[in-house]
Amino acid sequence: MDFATSSPPERTAGPTTSVKIVVAGGFGVGKTTFVGAVSEINPLTTEAVMTAASDGIDDLSKVPDKTTTTVAMDFGRVSLDRELILYLFGTPGQNRFWFMWDDLTRGAIGAVVLVDTRRLADCFAAIDYFEDAGLPYIVALNCFDGHLSHNVEDVREALSIPGDVPIVTCDARSRESTKLTLIRLVEHAMSRFAAMR
Amino acid sequence: MTGGRTRARYQLAIEALVSTTPRGRTSGFGLMPEHQRICDLCVEVKSLAEIAALMRMPLGVARVMVGDMAEAGLIAVHQSNTTEGKPDLALLERVLIGLRNL
Repeated sequence: MDFATSSPPERTAGPTTSVKIVVAGGFGVGKTTFVGAVSEINPLTTEAVMTAASDGIDDLSKVPDKTTTTVAMDFGRVSLDRELILYLFGTPGQNRFWFMWDDLTRGAIGAVVLVDTRRLADCFAAIDYFEDAGLPYIVALNCFDGHLSHNVEDVREALSIPGDVPIVTCDARSRESTKLTLIRLVEHAMSRFAAMR
Repeated sequence: MTGGRTRARYQLAIEALVSTTPRGRTSGFGLMPEHQRICDLCVEVKSLAEIAALMRMPLGVARVMVGDMAEAGLIAVHQSNTTEGKPDLALLERVLIGLRNL
């Protein structure tokens, strides 16, 4: 039988460093598919609860019908080396939950904005958010059926994406393709980092 | 479970890693059931987000609990090396190498 007092002092074994990448885009664009394609675990869902209250009301106990909204987001995990884990967080489908986005993007390497070229407008909000936040991001056109409805430069123009932001094509179902997309984002984040020196 | 508090004393990142300390492994009896389960979960390192998901509790509740448990010495929290809240270049290089080797 083992007694704790007889064990040698132990250091934490296993990973001690984590990083995260945000996967954003409109509802149904394939964020969870993208996360699941490269994750070593089945994507998990975590929830945050927001109490909807009007501005200027501080004491919620005085609000008779306080309503709560639950915001769910899916995430996955990729072990990169013995001590380093990458987490991939899909943004909540509904763009109005900005409070969650702040939590998601704080300290993130950057973001992949997944775009369905048949519904370009769906990703406006995400691109706006990352531009404002100064977070490195790339745009990934998800080719559901192997072809694009628009070419890359049309998309750049339509969405007013700055020239230094990479636009790539990907297949969110493919591990290799999502991996390459993530590599492109990290390279972009590194070049942004270097440029800011 | 959280004594009415909804804001953690530390703003733990959702990806912050948590591992059970030797003290947490041996505390056993006397712990709140939720604390005991988190101690069991984090024998293998888990992120705050994983704890919330696996415990089926909202992120904010998990954040407060993990903060309390860290103060009590039951778990250790590992926050990442960052420069002004962002991953530094050395860390980005490690991520890049890790991804290429997948």
